[in-house]
Amino acid sequence: MGKMSTTRFWQGNEACAEAAIVAGCQFFAGYPITPASEIFEHLARKLPQAGRITIQMEDEIASLGTVIGASWTGAKAMTATSGPGFSLMQELIGYAFMTETPCVVADVQRAGPSTGQATKCGQGDVMQVRWGTHGDYVSIALSPNSVQEMFDLTIRAFNLAETYRTPVVLLADEIIAHMREQVVIPPSNQIEIVNRKKPKPTDKTFFGSENIAPMPSVGEGYNVPVTGSTHNEYGHRFTADRTVHEKLVKNLFRKIRNNAEKIVDYETYNIDDCDVGVVSFGCTSRAIYETVELAKERDLTVGSVRLKTIWPFPEEAVRNIAQNVKVIVVPELNMREVFYEVERVVHGAVPVVPVNKIGGGEMITPEELLEEIVRSVKKID
Amino acid sequence: MTEAFTVREYLRDIKLPFCAGCGCVTVISHFLRAAYELGHKDLSKFVFCSGIGCAAWIPSPHFKADSIHTTHGRSIPAATGIKLMRPDLNVVVFGGDGDIAGIGLSHLIHAARRNLDIIVVMVNNMIYGMTGGQVAPTTPLETKTTTTPYGSFENPLDVPSLVVTAGASYAARWTTIHGEQLKEALKKALTTKGFAFVEAVSPCPTAFGKRAGFEDVAEIIRWLRENSLSLEEAEKMAAEDLVKKIVVGEYVDRESSTFTEAVYKTIQKAEKSAKKK
Repeated sequence: MGKMSTTRFWQGNEACAEAAIVAGCQFFAGYPITPASEIFEHLARKLPQAGRITIQMEDEIASLGTVIGASWTGAKAMTATSGPGFSLMQELIGYAFMTETPCVVADVQRAGPSTGQATKCGQGDVMQVRWGTHGDYVSIALSPNSVQEMFDLTIRAFNLAETYRTPVVLLADEIIAHMREQVVIPPSNQIEIVNRKKPKPTDKTFFGSENIAPMPSVGEGYNVPVTGSTHNEYGHRFTADRTVHEKLVKNLFRKIRNNAEKIVDYETYNIDDCDVGVVSFGCTSRAIYETVELAKERDLTVGSVRLKTIWPFPEEAVRNIAQNVKVIVVPELNMREVFYEVERVVHGAVPVVPVNKIGGGEMITPEELLEEIVRSVKKID
Repeated sequence: MTEAFTVREYLRDIKLPFCAGCGCVTVISHFLRAAYELGHKDLSKFVFCSGIGCAAWIPSPHFKADSIHTTHGRSIPAATGIKLMRPDLNVVVFGGDGDIAGIGLSHLIHAARRNLDIIVVMVNNMIYGMTGGQVAPTTPLETKTTTTPYGSFENPLDVPSLVVTAGASYAARWTTIHGEQLKEALKKALTTKGFAFVEAVSPCPTAFGKRAGFEDVAEIIRWLRENSLSLEEAEKMAAEDLVKKIVVGEYVDRESSTFTEAVYKTIQKAEKSAKKK
């Protein structure tokens, strides 16, 4: 971090940890799990050197619980895990959403369900991020596809958590987390760092505003009652009143949905005059660039929409490409997840074809993707 | 102190939700009196954490203070994050026996093991009260509950002994009928360096009394009085005679280094190593 940009050669998890430090993470709590542990291990070395705290908790529930406690002292706080631990965290993710507690959860996906293949890549947590906690919920989840993006999107995850007072998931995967690539760190004055809005001394209402209420910390004299039960703008519990519940939950939805355009992020590639659209994310999207080249040899123009936020879903980008192509192909390392979301958005305008591969940590190669594209086009013609 | 103590000074102007005869009200008054007698004219130096259950509603939102009402069993993790970031604040956890010794037990043991400098007040009504009277990890053997209609067939957990084994600095058990002792235990807990645990065995006429076959709260209180005995008395008795007894007293009161001390020492070590480079 300095006045000049610097270049590093990092592992994805290492880049995530370094970005957390840059973003101002003051507290990390975690529990060992493959393939996410390096984030914790790196922070365990580095954060205390900067006077900040890391702690290994007794399980993933305690990890996120402790992070939530730290966040209410005003600290930027984070945990990192993978599928099994992410499953355990679901209840507290809902709690963080309901209590408007900013925090970052890195979920480095591996092959599930259950213990599955702990060291092998998977992309099966897409819908869990969206629907994993019970009740009505809006999720923000970012999907890096390079070590550079492990760095960039971790910083963004903190910024979004602070801006919208909500848990933000960095939905990485084993391949991106474990590979090593060059990372360019911009000069520190060019990295945007966002801090939560603090209340004025006269403020009394800290919850349930669609404009995002200011967040006090404990020990500041606001006497703030925080609860995961339905509460009014003062934080007082209303366990049966319909109107209080409806107002709170709808405003929690609005504060994110009203800003979806600002949150949504994606990359398009070669989408002008293409015959086939590919919608992909994370490690799977790394096959696209070569696929586009290989397709040219088969007289096919392939364009790509790569999702950098999975939630909120980049609906407009997907809808736009659907207007120009004959078919949309959705490759992913799971048994169809983003596929259904694309189908929902495209709404029958063009056929949507799933390409799925699971297990063994094998990626979908450009050749395999191309074959599926060719087959899909033939079916239509 | 010249002004007279009144609980109202420390409470929001909201009607307390507890049933007639509930021990939570007694615990509130003893805790606040303990704070008052230690010179706390308000609760500005406190943060309260609680989980789910009747006792979790003691501080939230009734205390004029910061309070974090978490999910079921996760009050101690939240307290851990707060205490590590703000060692200057008194972090107090309130919870029932289901919250603390059932779903959240692992966190209790680890907090005691770390000697994390927080206070845990476990209001033990020997039942899952809020959900209507199901067997708890603290329910006396053979008690009828809604999920053990033929009587409980599990041994109850002796929570103070457990936290002593795990490494707590202070642990005590009293019942709500031992008012003075309970208040003094809370004062000791509040001034303990390290992990402090106070169990308050507490009558629940609505869920426990009704299911277990007690006429009214007076009968539960009589039962508490007749079955409570001191640690000294218990030492002389055979284990099988203690099965349905409530052993009250101070289980441990010892000084040792605390978790926040350990964490901040480690940070100093790390900062030094960073400078060397």
